Amino acid sequence: MPAKKNTARELLFGDLWEFDPAPESAPAHITARYGLFIGGKMVTPKSKKYFDSISPRDGKKLSEIPLANAADVDAAYQTASTAFKSWSELPGAERGKYLFRIARLLQDRSREFAVAETLDGGKPIIESRDFDLPMAAAHFFYHAGWADKLDYVAPGRRLAPLGVVGQVIPWNFPLLMLAWKIAPALATGNTVVLKPAETTSITALKFASILTDAGLPPGVVNIVTGAGETGAAVVNHPLAAKIAFTGSNEVGKIIHRSLAGTGKKLTLELGGKAANIVFDDAPLDQAVEGIVNGIFFNQGHVCCAGSRLLVQESIVKEILDRLKRRLATLRVGDPLDKNTDIGAINSKEQLTKIQQLVKSGIDEGAEIHQPACKLPLNGFYFPPTLFSSVSQSHRIAQEEIFGPVLSILTFRTPDEAIEKANNTPFGLSAGVWTDKGSKILMMASRLKAGVIWANTYNKFDPSSPFGGYKQSGFGREGGKHGLLEYVLMK
Amino acid sequence: MIRRNSIRNLIDEIGPVDQAGIEERVAKYTTRSIKKSSKLFGLRLATSMVDLTTLEGKDTPEKVASLCQKALRPHNTPDIPQVAAVCIYPAMVRHAAKHVKGTPVRIASVATAFPSGQAPLKTRLAEVRQAVADGADEIDMVINRSAFLTGQFCLVQDEISAFRDACGDSTLKVILETSELETYDHIRAASFLAMRMLRPGDFIKTSTGKTSSNATLGNNQVMLEAIRDHFLATGTEIAMKPAGGIRSAKQALQFLIAVKETLGDAWLNNRRYRFGASALLNDLLRQLETQRTGTYQAPWSFTEDSSGY
Repeated sequence: MPAKKNTARELLFGDLWEFDPAPESAPAHITARYGLFIGGKMVTPKSKKYFDSISPRDGKKLSEIPLANAADVDAAYQTASTAFKSWSELPGAERGKYLFRIARLLQDRSREFAVAETLDGGKPIIESRDFDLPMAAAHFFYHAGWADKLDYVAPGRRLAPLGVVGQVIPWNFPLLMLAWKIAPALATGNTVVLKPAETTSITALKFASILTDAGLPPGVVNIVTGAGETGAAVVNHPLAAKIAFTGSNEVGKIIHRSLAGTGKKLTLELGGKAANIVFDDAPLDQAVEGIVNGIFFNQGHVCCAGSRLLVQESIVKEILDRLKRRLATLRVGDPLDKNTDIGAINSKEQLTKIQQLVKSGIDEGAEIHQPACKLPLNGFYFPPTLFSSVSQSHRIAQEEIFGPVLSILTFRTPDEAIEKANNTPFGLSAGVWTDKGSKILMMASRLKAGVIWANTYNKFDPSSPFGGYKQSGFGREGGKHGLLEYVLMK
Repeated sequence: MIRRNSIRNLIDEIGPVDQAGIEERVAKYTTRSIKKSSKLFGLRLATSMVDLTTLEGKDTPEKVASLCQKALRPHNTPDIPQVAAVCIYPAMVRHAAKHVKGTPVRIASVATAFPSGQAPLKTRLAEVRQAVADGADEIDMVINRSAFLTGQFCLVQDEISAFRDACGDSTLKVILETSELETYDHIRAASFLAMRMLRPGDFIKTSTGKTSSNATLGNNQVMLEAIRDHFLATGTEIAMKPAGGIRSAKQALQFLIAVKETLGDAWLNNRRYRFGASALLNDLLRQLETQRTGTYQAPWSFTEDSSGY
């Protein structure tokens, strides 16, 4: 067969059958101004200050969010501390009832919350509807089941709650991270002061109404909003028995330092630069699908995103061709549209950061590939981006971009793949693609990462512990391991 | 000498398929939301792709006549496209020819001892030649699954090429009978065996409709990807026909989205993609009428001239 004819042969992904807009129409019920949720009530902040919450979808203002100062955070801790006594003494089965109720209420209002999450954070409605909301409810269901079984976690031992836990969560999965944090804390009898990220506070504040509807005793969960200073107040409050943080490495280090010597327990879930490793015997189309899911899920705003693709050198052209073809069919645009695969970048700051890192990739000589796609004029958007010919010392191979940008590197042997995969300060997750089971087990045992997916990527379950090695943090969330982070073993 | 199983050798050459991965991929097609004019376009396109089928022992010339009439005029409103073909047994071809010859509706005939294929090659070839002589524009053959599963790939391919030659100018559709091959690896392997024997515009087809499991988004996807890989490697455009089990307009649209996102615009027409179906047509018409009038019409407002699988 003459191979030279190949060059002109390509598939046409054109506009013969263009989809009409299919916007999700359910109302999000976002109010013009929120209060802080302290002691079971929405209260005005003592700071008297508010800041705007912007929708990355169109850059328009959605709501005003209270800016909690140290006095507000103190009020939250005081009421959480008061509530701790009766909450921790409730029989586990009773605490479980509240958690089951919260889970069911979340399910009841999932459409409304999904729309709010998409408006506030920019993720495609298909993801908030089919992933964030069901998973958030699943975490409450899962931990509701634990609440009355704590005596059986470790035979002969008793699990005691810690007290008030301070929790600071990121903007990439606002409601889901809230569920990851609040559910195990409540199941084990702790009370909570939670601070959502400043760009995505709305679903946390809406969640307060679910807590009220569930009849959760006042003060058991308190939600304070604001930026870094509020977070510092939450982390450094003397009543905090434990801090759980998910977010950036810089902030994680600050928290780690400030907690030294305080006796507070700490779990950190920080960044990642995961290697997604594709061997030449992998099922290629499914690997491509997994690569796409690994890096473009939630616009790449995922700490465990498969942002470094390691491809066996013999198939790199094949994989790149298939990836480009797949990218041609990804739909980028209005996150509220039910057919959108890649939505809006969470904030202007994040968009700028992505643009800067992409520029560094071009400047350092990596080859950039972007599909032709029309981006909305307003709001914050970035096209799905591939970089080929990337080497270990490129910035885009080292730094966490936290956007829809994939760096493609190659390897020749399994040893080289391991070496490159582990050659990073991070160690949150990794992926292995091969048709050979024994190779999966060999790779998994040598990769220094908290989560390793085989022939799939970005799969989560409340019963599966999640967390990292090295600078990706410590402690686990989910499963029995995650539960133990919220107790003293007696 | 190292002797290897020929199925393994072929899979090494064309690459394996991961079941969980492919099923995850096709699940995304079901979340696409097709509205308004894009829905209308999809429904009309699907209608034009139907191979309106009756394959029953009780088929009669009269039954085939009414099937042909339905194919030519699916509904009594203007603007409804005609279907692509009628699909019938060889004995019915000459009866169908009286009604549809000279119209855009083509005559497709199953042959080669459909559905099992368990007859001597001579008999199967004779059946193909007779159907073509009687006026079949398209021949739907079944592969020799017995030969495939025992690794006799040359036999499978020799038979396909013999039927292809017997077709003359008629189009050949090769039925893999996916449910009897069972695994996605087998379906991909059989797709390649068949495609390497085919001419541009010939089809590979999922199933006969006579077994418990027929066309699914999963096996459709495996075959579409095989067609894509074969096209990119050789330039030969092979067409695709899922058959059996597609009963609703909604399903048909999901299959078409798979075509749009896997093979692109060049396959979104009835020369490159067909639905082997009977009940599907009336559901497409019902949805088209709903789009036109804004209300669902009663089932009895659509003529029932097809039944079968």
